[in-house]
Amino acid sequence: MTDDIRFGRVTRFLETLAQVRTLGIEATEARENHLVLRLPYSEKIIGNPETRVIHGGAITTLMDTASGSVVICALDDFELCPTLDLRVDYMRPAEPDQPVFARAEAYRVTRNIIFTRCEAYQETDGQTIANCVATFMRIGREATPKAYRDLITGGEA
Amino acid sequence: MTNPEVLRYTQESGDFSRLLSSIPYAETIGLACDRFGDDLIFRLPRKAENLGNPILPAIHGGVIGGFMELSAAIYLMMSQDALRMPRIVDFSLDYLRAGLDRETYAECRLTRQGNRVANVQVTAWQKSRTQPIATARAHFLLED
Repeated sequence: MTDDIRFGRVTRFLETLAQVRTLGIEATEARENHLVLRLPYSEKIIGNPETRVIHGGAITTLMDTASGSVVICALDDFELCPTLDLRVDYMRPAEPDQPVFARAEAYRVTRNIIFTRCEAYQETDGQTIANCVATFMRIGREATPKAYRDLITGGEA
Repeated sequence: MTNPEVLRYTQESGDFSRLLSSIPYAETIGLACDRFGDDLIFRLPRKAENLGNPILPAIHGGVIGGFMELSAAIYLMMSQDALRMPRIVDFSLDYLRAGLDRETYAECRLTRQGNRVANVQVTAWQKSRTQPIATARAHFLLED
């Protein structure tokens, strides 16, 4: 599978997620077992109006989405993999007015479970904002409706 | 939200509307909170923008996480004398069932309160309290 196909699948997958559209999260880079997503800064995700720092919940959504979508970059066939657990360590608050990136990696893929790790950072100084490890369960290709699979893999050459 | 006047009002009145409307992220996901005596029940009303998986459909796991995280922070703040938002250190979340497209509830418990760090446990459920959709625990830093 080429990286263009991976990028296309991830992009179409993200478009089906309402919360991801609401926050404006987009893919910027997709490779085998590797994915980078971008969360733009916006007023609606501010957690502290005085410092204008975005809420950890938006970072959690970014990292959960990156970790869940890197699964697409790790499997040949598209299948929905529910999150089993997620652990986020917050290193420092994100700088206001700057996008936050999440770089995710699927570092172990087994028949039943996919293990991921993810780092959130900003471009300004490259320092880590948060780290996340997560596990996803594989429920199998057939558990994902064909119409949805076709929507994600559709349009591939 | 660090506005002490709003925090004091919330603590005294049990009316969370002013506090929550001062936190844009709380408004974005639609978080609500009700006080029953000393107990707080957090609510996440059904909202189309919060969905992830469109097949089930189910609430985005990150929204469930953000809901529980913010609930834990508000809960902790209301249980403190110092009126300021605690800073989250880490957050660990187990997804037990799909969070379907319906209202979600959460309650928190202060597991351990130290001088500088507090540990809060959060349980989220939908249809029945005995069937949680997710459990989480978080550490917060109380000073900076």
